[in-house]
Amino acid sequence: MIGIVDYHLNNLRSVQKAFEKVGVEAFISDKPNELQKAEKLVLPGVGAFGAAMKNLNALQLISVLKEHTAANKPLLGICLGMQLLFTKSFELGEHNGLNFLEGTVEKFSAEVKVPHIGWNQLEIENHLPMLNGIKNFSFAYFVHSYYVVPKNEVILTQTTYGKRFASVVQQGRIVGIQFHPEKSQEVGLQLIKNFVECV
Amino acid sequence: MLAKRIIPCLDVHDGRVVKGTNFIDLKDAGDPVEQAKFYDKEGADEIIFLDITASSSNRATMVDVVRRVAEEINIPFTIGGGIRTTDDMREMLRSGSDKVSVNTAAVNNPKLISDGAELFGVQCIVTAIDAKKVAPNKWKVFTHGGRTEIELDAIEWAQKAEELGAGEILLTSMDKDGTKEGYDIELLKKITSSVKIPVIASGGAGTLEHLYEGLHDGNADAVLAASIFHFRQYTIRQAKEYLQERNILVRM
Repeated sequence: MIGIVDYHLNNLRSVQKAFEKVGVEAFISDKPNELQKAEKLVLPGVGAFGAAMKNLNALQLISVLKEHTAANKPLLGICLGMQLLFTKSFELGEHNGLNFLEGTVEKFSAEVKVPHIGWNQLEIENHLPMLNGIKNFSFAYFVHSYYVVPKNEVILTQTTYGKRFASVVQQGRIVGIQFHPEKSQEVGLQLIKNFVECV
Repeated sequence: MLAKRIIPCLDVHDGRVVKGTNFIDLKDAGDPVEQAKFYDKEGADEIIFLDITASSSNRATMVDVVRRVAEEINIPFTIGGGIRTTDDMREMLRSGSDKVSVNTAAVNNPKLISDGAELFGVQCIVTAIDAKKVAPNKWKVFTHGGRTEIELDAIEWAQKAEELGAGEILLTSMDKDGTKEGYDIELLKKITSSVKIPVIASGGAGTLEHLYEGLHDGNADAVLAASIFHFRQYTIRQAKEYLQERNILVRM
């Protein structure tokens, strides 16, 4: 069973629906005892980093996520959820993240329009099974003002917006996607399917 | 590279799609959910729904439309019209819309933009500006669907909205809206060079060349159009092929 972590910041129905579209059931929950039973977890995200960590902490979900990854079970972070996987963010101050992946979360420079909104391309760097069926330069829907700078070699795709940044990362069974697969039509659904089948 | 976006706009009245010419003379053009599905399949990059009913008694109808649209499409969509409070924003976002657009209520109470941005993130808050030229190089803001003139300079208001936390500007030229003569390129240039958030051009698209002008000459990040798509004058696909031929990056 796939569990979608509800930390009270967003509408999770579209993420759940994306799993339904590839033929998999996913449940939404904010309860540690329910999420502990999931084989795979999804950490979605819209909103601010600090508020997200605060809510995860208040709902006692940080330990659930830590136990989950310690047991080597698959975890998918989407958008802010991807950023939360990293060490530290500089969004409105300085906040510690979950630190499952080493690296920082930084703001786009003033040379480009922020937020980065719209359909941008995936430049494939490392063709792991997570990218099965994804063509180089496929378009996906992005909405974000911050991006991750990973410390280690975890990048599967990069995207160019002023500079090149990591748009899909994977380390073991932890996957991060900076764009919204649930809003990215066939490309997004293929990635959801790959997470279900290949990670 | 980031693609330029094509956004069909659906005006919704009592749960049905209509398109007004200069906001009057409404024609019924069908079910919003069916149209949204159609545009999603055809390659629209986003969809904007403007609830022109905007009376409180019909909010439930719009919420139902939002829920049904969210179930059916896999691209982002925005709800505008009648968003007056952060509670209204929450209701629409919870029901499945990705962004909300504020207009009159934000002019009356600019704090609505900052409150919304703080609660839901800047990426959720689109500020819609209806502007009309009042003198050479001078545009004023109009509210209430273009009926009320406000003592507010459109460029200053766009900058103020950005400062407050708007994630995007949806800029409609009241002079061009419904005319099919093309976007107000002069106004677009002014606004796109005055803010550092994405700008969606609206009002006046009648041909594919107009879309090109808005994106290329006006430097808009996205173009919104209604009639040219609704009445099947052009398909989204045709628009994108045309733009691609003219070296505009679009998602094909």
